[in-house]
Amino acid sequence: MKRVAVFLLCLAALALVLYPIVWLISASLTPVEDLVANLRSLFPGRVTIDGYAGALEGAGGESFWTFLGNSTIVASGAVIGNVVSCSLAAYAFARLRFRLSGPLFAFALVTIMLPAHVTLIPQYVVFQRLEMIDTFVPLILPKLLATDAFFVFLMVQFMRGIPRELDEAAKIDGCGPIRSYRYVVLPLSRPAMVTTAIFTFIWTWNDFFSQLIYLSSTENYTIPMGLRLFIDQTSSSSYGPMFAMSVLSLVPIGLFFLAFQRFLVAGVATTGLKG
Amino acid sequence: MVLAQRRSQSVAYLFLGPWLLGAIGLTVAPMVVSLYLSFTDYDLFNEPRWVGFGNYAKLFGDDPRYLHSVGVTLRYVAWSVPLKLVLALAVALLLNSLRGKGQAFFRSAFYAPSLLGASVGLALAWRAIFDTWVDTPDHALITIVLLSAWQFGAPMVIFLAGLQQIPRDLFDAAAVDGAGWWRRLWSITLPMLSPVLFFNLVLETIHAFQAFTQAFVVSGGRGGPADSTLFYTLYLYERGFTEFRMGYASAMAWVLLVAVAVITAVLFRTSRYWVFYGDER
Repeated sequence: MKRVAVFLLCLAALALVLYPIVWLISASLTPVEDLVANLRSLFPGRVTIDGYAGALEGAGGESFWTFLGNSTIVASGAVIGNVVSCSLAAYAFARLRFRLSGPLFAFALVTIMLPAHVTLIPQYVVFQRLEMIDTFVPLILPKLLATDAFFVFLMVQFMRGIPRELDEAAKIDGCGPIRSYRYVVLPLSRPAMVTTAIFTFIWTWNDFFSQLIYLSSTENYTIPMGLRLFIDQTSSSSYGPMFAMSVLSLVPIGLFFLAFQRFLVAGVATTGLKG
Repeated sequence: MVLAQRRSQSVAYLFLGPWLLGAIGLTVAPMVVSLYLSFTDYDLFNEPRWVGFGNYAKLFGDDPRYLHSVGVTLRYVAWSVPLKLVLALAVALLLNSLRGKGQAFFRSAFYAPSLLGASVGLALAWRAIFDTWVDTPDHALITIVLLSAWQFGAPMVIFLAGLQQIPRDLFDAAAVDGAGWWRRLWSITLPMLSPVLFFNLVLETIHAFQAFTQAFVVSGGRGGPADSTLFYTLYLYERGFTEFRMGYASAMAWVLLVAVAVITAVLFRTSRYWVFYGDER
């Protein structure tokens, strides 16, 4: 009896929580006139895909496919960068002995908490001097240099759990640190790699601040920047394409969520990852 | 032996190379430079001009919009963080009384907004759903607080994991002693959960101070109406990247860093009075 009550309460809460998502999907399929007349109603009756046609045409003279392509390049670069660079650093911290390993690891932990704003302006100045503003370099290079120290931490935690006997055995068989990383620790760290890859993808896909700062011409815009073109428009005639493009922008995240929810939830639960 | 040790040292730095390069080139050096820039007038095109504490003096003495943005941000932090954590805790307690598949389903479903809510697309929807509030200075901030609270899933998952660590026999013993639900919550659950609560509190507070995207989108990029959603980071962006007053923006970034560091330190200080670690005697 009590369990049924809890279950029903959860369902009610879920309906409330999912309302904005359902509303967005419904709005993206609603004719603009109906939407303007009654903005908050769900399922107004008439359905149109005009919004999606408009969304695919894009905004600011560039098609949606341009934005999608750019977002994909940036997100893929970030994923590869984070997985490679963070796993290299994590292996050093978890398995190798070297001077300063303690202080350097402590420093890495501190940078997790550091507001990005204190490094933002000099980074911008340097990229500007190198004439790399309005390219993807400022968005991907930091990932290749493992600036998301959070993932270093996550992988160190994971690698420490891998039995040392395996490394020792590899060592006796003549494996140096490089081969032991490549053939022992890396394959066993797959869950941590997958968690890193998924979160990097989703965060980069959603990221707006750094793309706003570094991308200036429409042909280089990512999806969030393409959506930004709608922000300034107050006219409701753009509602259809705007909401349709919003839905399209969330589709990859939704798919990743459905496919990897166990990894995601487990990643948050064990490391306190910010979702 | 010495040679082998030296070799292992250099191999370690080989692995560490990319991170070390990033730590120096993209963190330490930029921090030093931005500290220097915060004492200058710098517009990206002319050489920085030393102004001493001029920027800082202007921030606190001669820039009402800055102080206003501090107020907006503090209000946002003070509302959004507790609201989000209370929701997260309440839902975690609710889910903790479910078992198996039901719990796993709801846990995932409630977590979804934490992934979607950070996006521009969802913020645009939020702006439309709350369109009458967004346009009034008294209510605009509330919509952004609600958008933040809506993403309670991540701390909820952490709370739930913490709840599952509490030994069941504690509750059984308390029940035998006649403790009711509230009593058990207050005397067992909350103390046992306090390290997790503390962790979530620190993390969410630090993040709330740096909130940007939602405020930018909901307010149409300007912190309006009437500056009612002029978040700290929004004002920093405006000064630094639309007016290119980069010295001034650097000073703002350093004040933010110090403020976040001080508040974190204060939270750590108070934690010894209310955070209970199991191994204490």
